Amino acid sequence: MSGGNGIAIDVKGLTKSFGGREVVHDLSMQVRRGSIYGFLGPNGSGKTTTIRILCGLLTPDSGEGTCLGYDIRRDAEKIKRQVGYMTQRFSLYQDLSVRENLEFVARLYGLTDARGAARDMIKRLGLSGREEQLAGELSGGWKQRLALGACTLPNPQLLLLDEPTAGVDPKARRDFWNEIHALAADGLTVLVSTHYMDEAERCHEIAYIAYGHLLTHGTVEQVIAKSALTTYTVTGEDLNEIAAALTGKPGIDMVAPFGTSLHVSGRDVAALEASIGPWRERSGLHWQKSSPSLEDVFIELMSRSKDNFQ
Amino acid sequence: MSAVDHPAPAHEIRERFGFWKRSYAMLVKEFIQLRRDRVSFAMIVMLPVMQLMLFGYAINTTPRNLPSAVLLQEDSDLARSILKALENTAYFRFLYEVHDVDDFDNLLKSGKVLFGVEIPRGFERAVRRGDRPALLVAADATDPVAASSAIGSLGMVVQTALKHDLYIGDPPEMPFEIRAHARYNPAAASSLNIVPGLVGTILTMTMLIFTALSVTREVERGTMESLLSMPIKPVEVMFGKIVPYVLVGFLQAFLIIGIGVGLFGVPLLGNLFLLALLSTLFITTNLSIGYTISTLVQNQLQAMQMSMMFFLPSILLSGFMFPFAGMPAWAQYLGEGLPLTHYLRIVRAIMLKGATMQNLRFDTLALAALMLLAMTIAVTRFRRTLD
Repeated sequence: MSGGNGIAIDVKGLTKSFGGREVVHDLSMQVRRGSIYGFLGPNGSGKTTTIRILCGLLTPDSGEGTCLGYDIRRDAEKIKRQVGYMTQRFSLYQDLSVRENLEFVARLYGLTDARGAARDMIKRLGLSGREEQLAGELSGGWKQRLALGACTLPNPQLLLLDEPTAGVDPKARRDFWNEIHALAADGLTVLVSTHYMDEAERCHEIAYIAYGHLLTHGTVEQVIAKSALTTYTVTGEDLNEIAAALTGKPGIDMVAPFGTSLHVSGRDVAALEASIGPWRERSGLHWQKSSPSLEDVFIELMSRSKDNFQ
Repeated sequence: MSAVDHPAPAHEIRERFGFWKRSYAMLVKEFIQLRRDRVSFAMIVMLPVMQLMLFGYAINTTPRNLPSAVLLQEDSDLARSILKALENTAYFRFLYEVHDVDDFDNLLKSGKVLFGVEIPRGFERAVRRGDRPALLVAADATDPVAASSAIGSLGMVVQTALKHDLYIGDPPEMPFEIRAHARYNPAAASSLNIVPGLVGTILTMTMLIFTALSVTREVERGTMESLLSMPIKPVEVMFGKIVPYVLVGFLQAFLIIGIGVGLFGVPLLGNLFLLALLSTLFITTNLSIGYTISTLVQNQLQAMQMSMMFFLPSILLSGFMFPFAGMPAWAQYLGEGLPLTHYLRIVRAIMLKGATMQNLRFDTLALAALMLLAMTIAVTRFRRTLD
């Protein structure tokens, strides 16, 4: 049943349109077993659609591939048994209690001891004492935790998490990621979509998708290196004035304020340095050449892809 | 929540009896949700009770305790006997006994009574001679329905009274002139016909709506997405969603028939077990149709509208509201395609005529066929993906 070579997801040329609009375009990706793969991209970029194709909820118009060694077109039923899918919107039954929701999932997957499995999961999630509370009455963080628990209950080999931490407070987010790392350490493969840069940096590998196109992928370091972006960080006074003056100058692709500093980035180093030249001598300003942040890279990719595909 | 400290205890997955386990999982879930949904549960109980009270008591084309007067111009045994018989039907309540024509007219005109009977002088003697004298009946026809059915039943009642009290042997013909319709029972109680019919209509309405909403609700609440990502098959979802409501339908049928027998005195001549069996078939048929609706529509509002689209013809063309035999042929053909038509025949025949399975074979088969048709459509229409 395995993909043999330690690959959990291996798809090529996935394309999917809705009502004539192409949502996913010629998407190919590989995810290693036991890794945490981050899926990034702006809203409406096709992340959810890709995840749904991977777990058999949508059939691709073209393209092929395997998920856990099963063909994504023919073996959707087999994939469903091995995959835990956490939807973007909370999709457990709000009018069922924590325990009842977990027991329902356990029974559906045919666990021999559904009650016992639910009880163990409640303990593991730290939900003891709340097992009779209705799922709809839980706070956002607890809901996400419960949803993750329901996904992992049938011991899947692959977790597909669609923006699992949207709208969750930082503490709950950190707990959630600790749990994901613990699961990956146990050998689970995790594909997780997110908007948060700090979460992207917690992934083993990331992919950036915009307007249905996979723009870049690799480890965080690889993605930053591939961008070929040069960034100068400026600190000092009158940064607003400088930002306004530099925006749109040749060689300057992006000017972004970060608290008390300003990031000025461009792909053409020579043109960039020529444009900022007059400002570098100005007193009260401190210029430093630095490597771009992941966010710089993504925003630059996004604005570039907008020109290409929109 | 540290998974490192407590590694997940491995719970085994077994494939045996997968169909039953998954259907059972669905069924348990539906039961819990039904129990939590207090409003729906109240509806299950209140709907039949309310409808029965309305149809059984309020909406009644046959009058009860019609305020009446009698103009007695002869105080004979026959006259007394007729009055007593009239009062026994519970149609009429004789409030006034007058001897003067003017008083009689005034009572009617003022609306103090809606109905008056005039027994003329020499009535008894004329009857015994076989002269067919006229028993004069005056009714306030401003409520024509009440009046006409009261008048309609009059002849029969009086004749029965005469037969019992005065005549030795059968009278050769009506001993006096009153237009009388041939009626099945002297009180012509509409509840006898309506209560069994209500069992069918109430079951159609509630069963249809409950399952019509069940799938669309999962779609609207977003739970369908994760349900579809789990290994459950369309047939299993359907069984899990239908079975709890079979019990609900059974409860409703029990309630209606119980009230009908206990409160309205509807007879239950046939086999109770047969009635329960065929009612279960009818309930399942309606649930299947409701479930089919829910696989055809986009949201809960459409599901409600489509249920009504099915419910209205069921009421109009099944023989519940209008006699089936009186409808044109095309309407009868349409009616044969509705489960309610067949169930009405079944429930009326079992309760009122004591029919057996032998008599009801055709309608039973028709119900089963409609159920299988609906289930097949539902299972093939159920979308396994979000495409």
